[in-house]
Amino acid sequence: MENATVSRGSRVSRLIDPLPIYIMWLREMKRMFRVKARLISNLLMPVLFLAFLGLPLSMVSMNGSEMFGLPPGVDFLDFLAPGIIGMTILFSSLMGGASVVWDKEFGFLKEVMVAPVSRFSILLGRQAGAMTISIGQALIILLIATLMGVNLQNSPVVLLSIVFMVLTSATFMGLGLILATKLGEMEGFMAILSLFQMPLFFMSVALFPLDLMPKWLGYIICLNPFTYGVDGMRGALVGISTFPLLLDLGVIFAWAAVLAGLGTHFFSTMEAD
Amino acid sequence: MKIIEVRGLSKNFGNIKAVDNVSFDVEEGECFGLLGPNGAGKTTTLKILATVLNPDSGSAKICGYSILENKDEVRANLGMVFEEMSLDIQLTGRDNLDFHACMYHMPREERKRRIAEVLKMVALEDKADVPVKDYSGGMQRRLEIARSMLTNPRVLLLDEPTVGLDVQTRRFMWDHVRDMNHKQGVTVLLATHYIEEAEYLCDRMAIMNQGRIVAIGTPSELKDSVGKSVVSLTISGNSSGEFTRMLSGLPWVENVQQKDGQIEIGLKRENINLAEIADLAQKSGLTITSIKLHKPSLEDVFFQYAGIPVEEE
Amino acid sequence: MNVLEVEGLTKIFGDFTAVDHISFTVPEGEIFGFLGPNGAGKSTTIKMLTTILNPTSGEARVCGYDIVRERDEVRRNIGIVFQDPSTDRFLTGRENLRYHAVMYHLSPKEIEERIDEVLDLLELRGREDTPINDCSTGIQRRFEVARGFLTHPRLLFLDEPTIGLDMQARKRLWSYIDKLRKEEITILLTTHYIEEADYLCDRVGIIDHGKIVAIDTPQNLKHVAGSEVVRVEVANGQGTKFADALRAVDWITAIEYDGHEMRLSVVGGERRIPEVLAVASQTGTPITSVELVRPSLEDAFLYYTGKTIREEEGSMQDLMRTRMRKRR
Repeated sequence: MENATVSRGSRVSRLIDPLPIYIMWLREMKRMFRVKARLISNLLMPVLFLAFLGLPLSMVSMNGSEMFGLPPGVDFLDFLAPGIIGMTILFSSLMGGASVVWDKEFGFLKEVMVAPVSRFSILLGRQAGAMTISIGQALIILLIATLMGVNLQNSPVVLLSIVFMVLTSATFMGLGLILATKLGEMEGFMAILSLFQMPLFFMSVALFPLDLMPKWLGYIICLNPFTYGVDGMRGALVGISTFPLLLDLGVIFAWAAVLAGLGTHFFSTMEAD
Repeated sequence: MKIIEVRGLSKNFGNIKAVDNVSFDVEEGECFGLLGPNGAGKTTTLKILATVLNPDSGSAKICGYSILENKDEVRANLGMVFEEMSLDIQLTGRDNLDFHACMYHMPREERKRRIAEVLKMVALEDKADVPVKDYSGGMQRRLEIARSMLTNPRVLLLDEPTVGLDVQTRRFMWDHVRDMNHKQGVTVLLATHYIEEAEYLCDRMAIMNQGRIVAIGTPSELKDSVGKSVVSLTISGNSSGEFTRMLSGLPWVENVQQKDGQIEIGLKRENINLAEIADLAQKSGLTITSIKLHKPSLEDVFFQYAGIPVEEE
Repeated sequence: MNVLEVEGLTKIFGDFTAVDHISFTVPEGEIFGFLGPNGAGKSTTIKMLTTILNPTSGEARVCGYDIVRERDEVRRNIGIVFQDPSTDRFLTGRENLRYHAVMYHLSPKEIEERIDEVLDLLELRGREDTPINDCSTGIQRRFEVARGFLTHPRLLFLDEPTIGLDMQARKRLWSYIDKLRKEEITILLTTHYIEEADYLCDRVGIIDHGKIVAIDTPQNLKHVAGSEVVRVEVANGQGTKFADALRAVDWITAIEYDGHEMRLSVVGGERRIPEVLAVASQTGTPITSVELVRPSLEDAFLYYTGKTIREEEGSMQDLMRTRMRKRR
């Protein structure tokens, strides 16, 4: 053994292990920027939504916003923008869970799983990366939305929206992770993912106010965690919300804790084959 | 010192006994092979040892650490090359190595130095900053070997390291593994279905079939176990009756058979003096025109123990 | 008659000459091995011969048909077994074969007859109604070979037919390929397992850097690679006298002795062994082992192509292949 080093054996990994967490995060960043097409396509859909759903309906709503069940004088674009930001977070966070499956499919997961690093740290690094991307995209959409004429609240409450973004992201990364750890093959995973993501998006208050929905649908909407994330963001960003902000915060926090906790548990106990 | 101790390891997938009560030891510095057909349980065994899979029963220790209770210590002492590719193809070769080094808590200075060292070792310095997706299969494999050595592991687990590689790359890998084993004292546990590979690299090996170890030993022990050597000669000259009688009288001769001018001598032991046969022939006035010593090959061993499956499933 | 005639075939990608004026012929009924390191031009040549790529210059004829001008005729006369799994995993073996036969315009009656024939030949009876996914890799490979010659091709391309198979499955597949000779088929085989070419091929062409560097029977190629060596083990280091005596022998061209094992480069092969033993008994040297070591085809391959690793750029195909490694 000519060049034995200190970096092995003696060291027991800790629950929170900064260097591995950092490198996991960095890997997510590098991957994101290396695949430029993904970067663009992730931003394209929300922008199209804003431009081709938001702008025309905003014109209609100016002539009589009560038909959308909005408070008088509220522009539909203001209403829609937080919903679309929520959508970016919903989709990209679910995909964040998917990236575990991608790694599993391509063998890289093993490289990670045999490292002397606690599963919790592995997850933390990976999820931190996915969340950075998710929220980064949301902030870019927010910027584009303001350029398109969305009026943000003129109050520090706006910053609370970041908290909602983080919690919403954590909730759906948790869900993505649960699905990913419980389903083996990628083909199946993709199908199940779309089975979840579209209903979660449409059966919420992301696109239209609750009052506009039939009553039976209203119940489902109230069960959907995404509703509270979006409602909270909307309340914080433009000052319109269906529920009190504190209720939104409480419910989405509870969901985040349950789903992320469950996802972490499944990930910690899974075999990496 | 026993660096790997495996005791009664078993793992089932549904009804299939992938690994069935497997036990073996590997000494420090040894190159130990798991040789067997596809589906014999080699990969599953390695994955259990690498703490990727959990065994259903049994236990194993690597460097004295239990693979069940001290997973992190086990992982810290292991380098692993998986059968499937396990690189991040979007990242460059260097990024992949850097990732690995960070996961193993290597400080920055050492990281830089070691990455340069291992890249040089596998002759990939020039390609270090190219994304792995632009590597050929052989280059990817070399990078994986480099990565497995990055943290100076005491034990290296290699799963089918040369499948699909061309002759040049295969030889490079073999020489490289042998170097690490001989010069750096790294213990190697190699799973392969490639007999030549096991023969070239391994000091000892276990032959696996249907989840079980069916034979274990050094290559020459294994060869001895399947049968004794046979000397076959052809002679010119008449009446070889006396010659065969004299042969039968030699202490190391088991039996002598004669057919169509060819004499087959079954041997009792390995180390014999072939010149004695030539002597005897000369005394009987015979000329040996050809003489051949047939020892069982590792391939004979493999087929004897792992057999040709009657029904492939 | 030559089933394959290649003349000055060349393929240039940008400023890289992948295949550089190669010429060779393969007579009917031969199993011809095409060997070369990665990136030597093997697969580019195969792609041109199977009409997937157009040559930059030069020409080639399959059964007399030009690979560029008469590509449909060429395709009708060739069968291909690809290196990568190419059966539909969710269909059964029979369905895969039938699907292939339909693509080649066989009549329904012909199809069933022919499928039965190939199932018998490759001993696949009893497996034909199992989805490919549930078959072992060896069986999967056999179905692919079966499909390759289902439509009576006159020239069959086998690209790395046994890659990833274990020794048992490989030997079995070899015996089936050997059996194909009965079908009066010509086979062009590429492989990285040189012993595979040695076992199966009548002749071998070695390609490197886009050029054919050697083409001959495995036997003759081995002769070029090096002389035959008689390896003698001498008991307890008593070989010095023996070695001195051997130095006087004219058919021994070189002697290496490390105190235990002696390597004699000889002219004349096997019949020299008794003569070596005679010298041993004259000098009273105890010999524990003697054998003739011939250069292998792999030695010949390395003699022609060198030991340097080829740095080829990976392709998407390479990538998929490494990912498929497990599936095979």
